[in-house]
Amino acid sequence: MLTTKVEGKNRKHKVRLYAISTCGWCKRTKQHLNDLDVEYEYIDIDLCSREDRQEITKDILSRKGPLAYPTVIVDGKILLTGPSKEELREVLEL
Amino acid sequence: MTSLEQVRERAENDAKTYGYYLTPDKELLQDLLEGLQKNEIRYGYPSCPCRLASGKIEYDRDIICPCDYRDPDIEEHGFCYCALYVRKDVRDGKKPIKPIPERRPKEKQMNAYKDSPETKTQENTIESNPSTPKMKLYYCRQCGYVCFREEPPYICPICKAKKEMFAEVTAPT
Repeated sequence: MLTTKVEGKNRKHKVRLYAISTCGWCKRTKQHLNDLDVEYEYIDIDLCSREDRQEITKDILSRKGPLAYPTVIVDGKILLTGPSKEELREVLEL
Repeated sequence: MTSLEQVRERAENDAKTYGYYLTPDKELLQDLLEGLQKNEIRYGYPSCPCRLASGKIEYDRDIICPCDYRDPDIEEHGFCYCALYVRKDVRDGKKPIKPIPERRPKEKQMNAYKDSPETKTQENTIESNPSTPKMKLYYCRQCGYVCFREEPPYICPICKAKKEMFAEVTAPT
């Protein structure tokens, strides 16, 4: 899977972001995470193969999330759809 | 190739026609217009930059900008799913712009996961023929506008009559 890792000083939580490369909201979430200096990985689902897309769908649906982007998964437990900077700050304890 | 200026002009004209505005958030606007341009280049049509497209027009017709969900979303929230189009009160800053729930039915969303344009395989055959998803002819009883779609539009693009004003075109008996 085409995963991009972004370095950051805040590594307390494992953060994974499912995004769409053309989406303005997804870009904003990436920006929030960068601003908060969070280490995270992101996957632009529109650039993924069919198999990877299916895997991501399963992952999101198994966590009862809507198939909407940006989707942030924290520690493989908490799912956030289109979170604000404040929500991210709260969940990531920053 | 469609230039960014053309994408912007098209969106501005469409907003004007329907009495909407483009998002006042300049950065977001730029990102969305670039997203639309990228989709037009890679798919051949400007599908919503914030939704996952299948790359097949039969599946993505409803999310080509302006999408089928724009008008009901603007009515309910004041802006569309990606927030490219907004209502006057939102443009004037009286209501904040934030992500809204997806209105597009899940069955339609799933097509983008079933069928990726880059990896066409045998097992990928879709059960029902994608090119004929219950398409019907509808006409606007107010102005006579005719369209061939799964459902009539939320608002008539010509005379702005509501969906209820549409009727199915049936063969005379």
